[in-house]
Amino acid sequence: MTEIFLDGRYIGSTNEPEKLVNDIREKRRNGLISNQINVAFHPNQDEIKILSDSGRARRPLIIVKEGKPKLTQEHIDKLRRGEIKWDDLIKNGIIEYLDAEEEENSYIALKVEDLISEHTHLELDPSIILGLSASFIPYPEFNRGDRVNYGAKMIGQSIGLFATNYQSRVDTKSNIMVYPQVPLVQTHAHKIINYERHPNGTNVVVAIACFEGYNMQDAIVINANSIQRGLFWTYMFRTYEAEQRRYMGGQEDIIGIPEPGVRGYAGEDTYKHLPEDGIVNPETRVNSDDVLIGRVSPLRFLGTMDQFITGIENIRETSVRLRHGDSGIVDRVFLTETVDGTKLVKVVVRDLKISEIGDKLASRHGQKGVIGLIVPQEDMPFTQDGIVPDIIFNPHGIPSRMTMGQLLEIMAGKVAALSGKQIYSPAFNPTSEKEIRNLLEAYGFRNDGKETMYDGRTGKKFEAQIFIGNCFYQKLDHLVSNKIHARSRGPVTLLTKQPTEGRSKEGGLRLGEMEKDCLIAHGAALALKERFDSDKTTIPVCSECGLVAINDRIKNRKYCPVCKESKITDVEISYAFKLMLDELKSMLIYPKMVLREE
Amino acid sequence: MLEELPKSYLGELPRSIIEEVEEVAKERRLSEEKKERLIEEVKKSYLKGKFEPGETVGIIAAQSISEPATQMTMRTYHFAGSAGIKVTYGLPRLIEIFDAKREPETPVMTIFLKKRFNSRKRAKKIAEEIVEKKIFDVIRRISMNLSEGSIEIEPLNPKRIGTIIKAIKEKMRDITVRVKAKKVIIIPKGKVSIGELRKIRERIIETRVSGISGIASVVIRMEGEEWIINTIGSNLEEVLKIEEVDETRTITNNIHEMARVFGIEAARNLIINEALKTLQEQGLDVDIRHVMLVGDIMTVSGSIKPIGRYGVAGAKTSILARAAFEETIKHLVRASVRNEVDNFQGIFENVMVGQVIPSGTGMFDLVAKFEE
Repeated sequence: MTEIFLDGRYIGSTNEPEKLVNDIREKRRNGLISNQINVAFHPNQDEIKILSDSGRARRPLIIVKEGKPKLTQEHIDKLRRGEIKWDDLIKNGIIEYLDAEEEENSYIALKVEDLISEHTHLELDPSIILGLSASFIPYPEFNRGDRVNYGAKMIGQSIGLFATNYQSRVDTKSNIMVYPQVPLVQTHAHKIINYERHPNGTNVVVAIACFEGYNMQDAIVINANSIQRGLFWTYMFRTYEAEQRRYMGGQEDIIGIPEPGVRGYAGEDTYKHLPEDGIVNPETRVNSDDVLIGRVSPLRFLGTMDQFITGIENIRETSVRLRHGDSGIVDRVFLTETVDGTKLVKVVVRDLKISEIGDKLASRHGQKGVIGLIVPQEDMPFTQDGIVPDIIFNPHGIPSRMTMGQLLEIMAGKVAALSGKQIYSPAFNPTSEKEIRNLLEAYGFRNDGKETMYDGRTGKKFEAQIFIGNCFYQKLDHLVSNKIHARSRGPVTLLTKQPTEGRSKEGGLRLGEMEKDCLIAHGAALALKERFDSDKTTIPVCSECGLVAINDRIKNRKYCPVCKESKITDVEISYAFKLMLDELKSMLIYPKMVLREE
Repeated sequence: MLEELPKSYLGELPRSIIEEVEEVAKERRLSEEKKERLIEEVKKSYLKGKFEPGETVGIIAAQSISEPATQMTMRTYHFAGSAGIKVTYGLPRLIEIFDAKREPETPVMTIFLKKRFNSRKRAKKIAEEIVEKKIFDVIRRISMNLSEGSIEIEPLNPKRIGTIIKAIKEKMRDITVRVKAKKVIIIPKGKVSIGELRKIRERIIETRVSGISGIASVVIRMEGEEWIINTIGSNLEEVLKIEEVDETRTITNNIHEMARVFGIEAARNLIINEALKTLQEQGLDVDIRHVMLVGDIMTVSGSIKPIGRYGVAGAKTSILARAAFEETIKHLVRASVRNEVDNFQGIFENVMVGQVIPSGTGMFDLVAKFEE
């Protein structure tokens, strides 16, 4: 007996599972029962699962009978003419949606040519095996698989026009490209998702050549004039917010210019660009650590009685400042209320990011690189037509990675630029290489995409023919200006007196455990000591009991609180170690320091 | 024999180097004077190659082994689906060696035969003799007769019924064994439940009929002129009892077994050879001296100590260094209870407090003697 489950509930059993399942499917295709029902028969578990609940991922497939797809040319023509619609195909049992469970019972062909009599379904298109990002890659079947994967990953990091209403959004951080373009070489996916409304890159002229070694190891040489014309300009928007909170006892934050005398008051200069309401005006130029929203808050952690004293001494400055290392122009200011009814201020700061050395660019074929050199146009190589490339890409990036798709895209892009028409090359169904070569020839170019080029600095002809064409490039969200960081001296943490961590806190760069081992292995004892000196302190130690003594600076006297009158020695020690001694003492372990004369 | 001149260098240079020099001198027909110059040069570069006082050999050894080992991680576990003897390779094996695991994942023996017994026939015979056979391997069927509370065994070869009965009788008491229609029928004495009967069945299946316990499978192999027996499963003590086996060369890959049977020096050599072999199999070139140091450290105390918190690292003299490594609280509490003293002679404790470490350039102090 085969057990039957409806949405996980047991509802009965049957002796003819195959027949039942086929009946249900037949009725669904004929429209007798809802097309949202899926049914699966698992012979191994001997159970039938019927699913009708919400939240299942389902996908459309063409139904196949005796090795022939039910969708015919007739249907396609009718669809084109607008006589029938997608829904009609489902109603007539030509296309059906399968969920994960029913897929187990099906045998799906990828292409029409592959169909044999055992097949039950056919994919709408072979390129459907790719995800959203991967289906934006033209000629993916000419690349090695991992490159398509990398390419798809980097499409997700690219800066474009992610939403057309970005002016009224307050994302914590977002990037917008200034002059985005639609790629010259497209896939079906671009059409389907309305790509023209949110493009994510620019078409550039790429020459595959070396340039003075400044594009070795995947670096990219870029044309300075192209940048000046707006190539890869992006805006970074960052939202800062401040809330006027209410606390117990009727106290609340005050948004406004803090009064002098408030704890943490940073001086008149800090607040001088703030208008009366304490919130910066739009289009104000702001720099690192500038106050955007002035605010004061009542002190927390007060004694029970202190809470009711509302004098200026019990108020602390809690202004919102621009992130350390950032700068920009205040773009928009929003004033609103939270759900609790408190005042909420959001300030959006915009910063123009013009491409510079170290910014990361990538094509759609997993070919990424950082800008290595910005060259004035007059020094760049040029073709006999006077075409100067925007980007020079190193030829060593091609053989080992085998991204033939990129080469085809460059050639196809060249044809597209010459003809003024976009070229469609989706996965498994591309515009053929032969066709592109013929078109190139028809436009009077070599059919291999190469051209004679001249050195911009000397005017001399290059001996080699250089492969040049148009390719779609993306600027990825890894900009040097958001990452650059260095420190000599700087802030330390309160507890350990060691340097802070991270760029936003102006932190130090840690010399880790393994790096330490390297210094030891080299026997560089004094270099090692110097590196770990960051938290060194001199503490007075009682030579009798071996505990930390007291240095009374007012009386200029050092004494031990345990032994009173005894010999005190100053010892240089890392503060972290002193902390550990304190912790041991708190655990009732007596760490006695035995001092040795130096 | 060494000649007069090189002999005087014996204290300063290893014998093997002196012998090499002599060989070269003979080949090139060098004069006494030139020979002395050559040996002086050799001595210079030999001394240059030596570690200097204050050199941190331990850290250098650790780095020299672990850096290539990181490359190994990516290349292991590529044996899925391969046929034949599967021995633990690569990083898992290296970890096994340095952790001094009681029992390797795949214990393996290499059995050499004495010269006069070395033939294919003899090797094959010994191989067949030592492989462990259990009841499970020599029967066609085993079934429980629940109504009578007995177990029936049908042997593969009815002629071997005697050995089966003997093996079962040796291992199990409280049973009566009968033979009926080429089947062995085992009836436990007294009343037993079905659960107990099932347990008895399990025990019977696992009973050894012949061979040496622990040796699961055997392969014979020709290496050079010799026949060698490779086994999976290890039992050195029993194998060495076989007359034909050459006890001077036969080894196992179980470090503890090696130490038990042949002593700690053999275990040290095994650690060095196995670790080096594992690294070289992966195409990693590590100098033998680094591995030797590890082998030495693991065996100095006379017993095998793993590299880790229960072995070498746990035996550090400094409390702070131990506490910084693993099980901080355990070490601190133990030290405080026993009133232990940390003399700050190691490296880690000095790094912790921010003092100059006593190695490398920080190794030496100046001691000056003042006139009265």
